[in-house]
Amino acid sequence: MAASETTDLFELRRRPPQEKLVDQGFRQLAIALASMVGLVLLGILLTVLFGSREAMAQFGLRFLVISDWDPAGDTYGAFTAIYGTIVTSILALVIAVPLGVGTAIFITENLIPLRVRQVLGIMVELLAAIPSVVLGLWAIFVMEPFIRPGLDLLHQTLGWLPFFSTVPMGPGTAPAILILVVMILPIITAISRDSLQQVPQELRQAAYGVGTTRWGAILQVMLPAAVSGITGGVMLALGRAMGETMAVTMIIGNSNNFSWSLLAPGNTISSMLANQFGEADGFQVSALMYAAFVLMVLTLIVNVLAQWIVRRLSLKYS
Amino acid sequence: MASSATPVQAGHSLGRSLQFKASLPRNRWNSFFSVVAGLFALIAVIPLVLVLGYVLFMGGSLISAQLLTELPPPPGLDGGGIGNAIVGTIIVTLIASLIAIPVGVGGGIYLAEYSRSGWFAQFVRFGTNVLAGVPSIICGVFIYGLVVSTRIFFGQSYSAMAGGIALSVLMLPTVIKTTDEALKLVPQELRWGAIGIGASRFVTITRITLPAAFTPIATGVVLGIARAAGETAPLIFTALFSPFWPEGVFNPISTMSVLIFNFAIMPYEAQNALAWAASFVLVVMILAANLFARWVGRFARA
Repeated sequence: MAASETTDLFELRRRPPQEKLVDQGFRQLAIALASMVGLVLLGILLTVLFGSREAMAQFGLRFLVISDWDPAGDTYGAFTAIYGTIVTSILALVIAVPLGVGTAIFITENLIPLRVRQVLGIMVELLAAIPSVVLGLWAIFVMEPFIRPGLDLLHQTLGWLPFFSTVPMGPGTAPAILILVVMILPIITAISRDSLQQVPQELRQAAYGVGTTRWGAILQVMLPAAVSGITGGVMLALGRAMGETMAVTMIIGNSNNFSWSLLAPGNTISSMLANQFGEADGFQVSALMYAAFVLMVLTLIVNVLAQWIVRRLSLKYS
Repeated sequence: MASSATPVQAGHSLGRSLQFKASLPRNRWNSFFSVVAGLFALIAVIPLVLVLGYVLFMGGSLISAQLLTELPPPPGLDGGGIGNAIVGTIIVTLIASLIAIPVGVGGGIYLAEYSRSGWFAQFVRFGTNVLAGVPSIICGVFIYGLVVSTRIFFGQSYSAMAGGIALSVLMLPTVIKTTDEALKLVPQELRWGAIGIGASRFVTITRITLPAAFTPIATGVVLGIARAAGETAPLIFTALFSPFWPEGVFNPISTMSVLIFNFAIMPYEAQNALAWAASFVLVVMILAANLFARWVGRFARA
């Protein structure tokens, strides 16, 4: 008797139309917000392309290989800046990769107590949080005067090489490379550490089981297994180094005169933009936009390649 | 390596001793590599210690009530402070957060809740990674072309608004990624339970999954804001700089990061000192945000 009463009371709840509307509306809103990413990317590409059309029309690809940058005469060539961008980022990478991977190994191995390793890891991560402009300030007032004697020595002993042929006079390409090392070290360390930690313990145990030493296992088992992640991280760091602006601008000297010497003031695309964009007008803006376009294409290639490497080469352990 | 070593102790059934010998080449190399790795780790940490030491020491000794509340002096004069830059950084970062957080969280919700592996979601994820790799100076160029040179806001060119928008472009990928990752960590059973008792998708997301993922999202957002507050490159030709107190969001505004850049390259000691002081304030704010986020993250996981 009670059962029949409850069945009478039961009624299948139907969704009111306004609830469906809210539901659908929210979904559309989420889609719209997600597509903002694509819109912004497209916007960046179009803005830079549109802004640089005059310079592109006038200089074409010659812009990439001529090195005189003359706002008074309205002739522009970005070779000095492109050379500077590539040289600083590659050399920074050459120094930072062994340091970063070595640090990552050190904090994933059990050589020292876990607490110390955790603190080391946190410190490297905090290094990534320090704003680039603060590093630039430090580079100007502390690092550059400190390393100048070393650079002087380099000039005196290896001055016959074109790369060390000028007397270090303060700001220059070499200090810029060193500050770039400081900036990309945390990325390389963090990503290498994550990749090394993802290598299954069984691989290491098997290596020990057949009688290898710690470093035999690291060099021949752990690193090869983690190499895809590490390579991806290195590529990301390369993209970062190419686009890094403030610290480099403050210490590189911003000279448009081309020089092979690493001790002479130089220029990168981003430091050129940071320095000149605010005061430029007319045709110079267009030339700067062209340079920005070149930088964007460079970093885009590097970043897409990095993602491709990580997705394509990563070994799946399950 | 040592596997081909010839048995020296003849008559011994095993051929060689099982005792650990530190003098073996493989063991020597082993300790050598360990020392090298330790040295590398030390070298990696030195810059942080030095930078932090100098900023906290040189900047910290300059901090006073006057410095935090006054305007910067004209070039060549002493005294003054960075009050306008502190207020300016807060305003610009606030504008950036007001744009980037809703858009980013919305995008992250789409990725994690509506389409985890559709082509559009894949495209958005890929785009997010690409956008995260776009150099910050390019964001500045973009906003310069879009907002500053077109004078879109009441005929004003350089403005706090433009700077905030430029920073929001920079924050967007961080917020999307954190939201996406955080929502993916919410157990699927919670969603099934909510749907099972008749909740709509909208109610499930806003009342169940978003609150469950709140801590990691908030952590990521705080880190994103801290990163944006220290960015300079997108601001130098969008927000520009101003030696005065902020005059509304449609006028040029001073920020701490641009102040450091401008004053560091000036040949005056007073300006250089203000740059160190601003670095101190900025670094303390950013480190506090980082340590706070780390602490909250650990608290939530426990």
